[in-house]
Amino acid sequence: MSAPNTIELVCPAGGLPALKAAVDNGADCVYTGFKDDTNARNFNGLNFDDNSLREGIRYAHDRGVKTLIALNTYPQTENWSRWTAAVDKAATFGVDAIILADIGLMDYAHRSHPNLRLHLSVQGSATSYEAINFYRERFGIQRAVLPRVLSLAQVEQVVKNTPVEIEVFGFGGLCVMVEGRCALSAYATGTSPNCNGACSPGKSVRWEQTPQGMETRLNGILIDRFADGERAGYPTLCKGRFEVDDETYYAIEEPTSLNTLELLPELMAMGIRAIKIEGRQRSPAYVSQVTKVWREAIDLCKKDAAHFAPKAAWMAELNKVSEGQSHTLGAYNRPWK
Amino acid sequence: MKLALGPNLFYWTKQATLDFYAEVAKMSVDIVYLGETVCSRRHELRAEDWLEVANQLADAGKEVVLASQSLIESESDLKALRRVVDNGRFLVEANEMGAVRLLAEHKLPFVASMSLNVFNSHTLQLLADMGATRWVMPPESGRDTLAGIMKELPAGMETEVFAHGRLPLAWSARCFTARRFNLQKDTCEFKCIDFPDGLLLKTREHEDFLVINGIQTMSAKTYNLLGELPDLAAAGVNIVRISPQAQGTGAVVDLFRKALAGALPAAEAAKTAAAALPEGICNGFWHGQPGLELVEKA
Repeated sequence: MSAPNTIELVCPAGGLPALKAAVDNGADCVYTGFKDDTNARNFNGLNFDDNSLREGIRYAHDRGVKTLIALNTYPQTENWSRWTAAVDKAATFGVDAIILADIGLMDYAHRSHPNLRLHLSVQGSATSYEAINFYRERFGIQRAVLPRVLSLAQVEQVVKNTPVEIEVFGFGGLCVMVEGRCALSAYATGTSPNCNGACSPGKSVRWEQTPQGMETRLNGILIDRFADGERAGYPTLCKGRFEVDDETYYAIEEPTSLNTLELLPELMAMGIRAIKIEGRQRSPAYVSQVTKVWREAIDLCKKDAAHFAPKAAWMAELNKVSEGQSHTLGAYNRPWK
Repeated sequence: MKLALGPNLFYWTKQATLDFYAEVAKMSVDIVYLGETVCSRRHELRAEDWLEVANQLADAGKEVVLASQSLIESESDLKALRRVVDNGRFLVEANEMGAVRLLAEHKLPFVASMSLNVFNSHTLQLLADMGATRWVMPPESGRDTLAGIMKELPAGMETEVFAHGRLPLAWSARCFTARRFNLQKDTCEFKCIDFPDGLLLKTREHEDFLVINGIQTMSAKTYNLLGELPDLAAAGVNIVRISPQAQGTGAVVDLFRKALAGALPAAEAAKTAAAALPEGICNGFWHGQPGLELVEKA
């Protein structure tokens, strides 16, 4: 168990401008990825090449901020060496930790770079202390990111039973499915979050104005249809409206963001070591906004947790950048399940 | 090639479950996976009931494997997991890394399930070193990924492929069946029991798309690799898995058995199976395509 004052704010950086925005607005760590399918945000125009990563690391380190890199997709036998090369490169560049999901790759990193800090990615789907302790004993992981499926009490149970630092998602897009255990995108589009690092990819998306309204499709499958005046959202597969029996509704999840700001005192008290902000695919403006609010909130909570309450202004700022302009506590709040 | 019956992913009444496994004892499957892998709230069969079914099937000459829970959330989930690991008689299928930790600690052999995400031979070798004697390919993988792994298959490792059934595509903390009835998971009234093959989800164009099965989301179409059996055999697959369905599982087993024996051309067996499935069949994943696609061989 750790002292509450050691909680870190981990912010997304889909590119150098976002990295600088995170650093300038108070992130303790930024997390990044290379420009390919070695990470779970493999989107066009996103991520770092060698030069921008070197520069990003320098920028962050000069200001006392750590740089992490996600190599959290699952390599296949025939492309294995591309993932190990990415591990080697990350180590050479001097990142502060790499975030991994595949145990083969973890073993490689652990053996080849014994001094490199390893984090277990949310894509590893570890939801219990037994699973997390497995990764620690075998590969020496020092931190685990929990999938967004546990209630607050269950998170606490994990923290109490492992020496591994626990990082939880605090804000951003909400994966309703257990990360690393979702093949919905692969089923519908052939693009797999596990192996290709993208879900509901842009190349499979079609927007079409029809007499029935704006229709959004993924590989031809109708994900949603919006009446005039309704805000048409990106067709992420699990956030569409579907028919079950004769009812049409958001059968899996509404377009909404996770926002756990009000849980901050509890998260800190139970010994959570890091809060992750989702959104490497989002703009530098998003990163600035969200980082600034969370920095202020964490600092205030550290000073006086007993009287901490999210400011209305913070919530308003965060809702502005939320998917669907709304937010939820997700699984931390049992009734959501 | 051996035939395996996967764990029943749906929730049936106790009587329906016992009747089903009494039939399974007479089916020509070699291996039977047992246990509740989807939702820890499902309790029609208690641990003792499962063990009784396991003993009966073993007495009928089946190789029985106890499957562990796929999504562990609570301390009571862990308690159930430890009981499965400590069963003292049957091989265990590990459905998450917590199970692997406990099985390796007890130096017990195990089956590395499809939800362990084995996509490369390095990962499989590590699991072999920990005690895995069989692995089940994640259904989203196809022949190319398989070929890569088979080139460096750990010694003695058996390979199993999901070859028939609605594809288990995703797990969540949230129960979508409860959500359909505006219920919370903790007070879900066990609605899953009313949908022995899951709850069909359609697009707003009334196209069958997915199936809701509690916290699990499945394909509406039935994945069917009957037509690919010769390819599976050539790839070195040892075991093909049939996933239980409320009706007609025995007929599917017979089709596989006939196709394996060469008594029925594989393509014809695939067509016969498809005719019995109203939401259609798919095989895209095997061919490296979107899973819902059906690649028909020339």
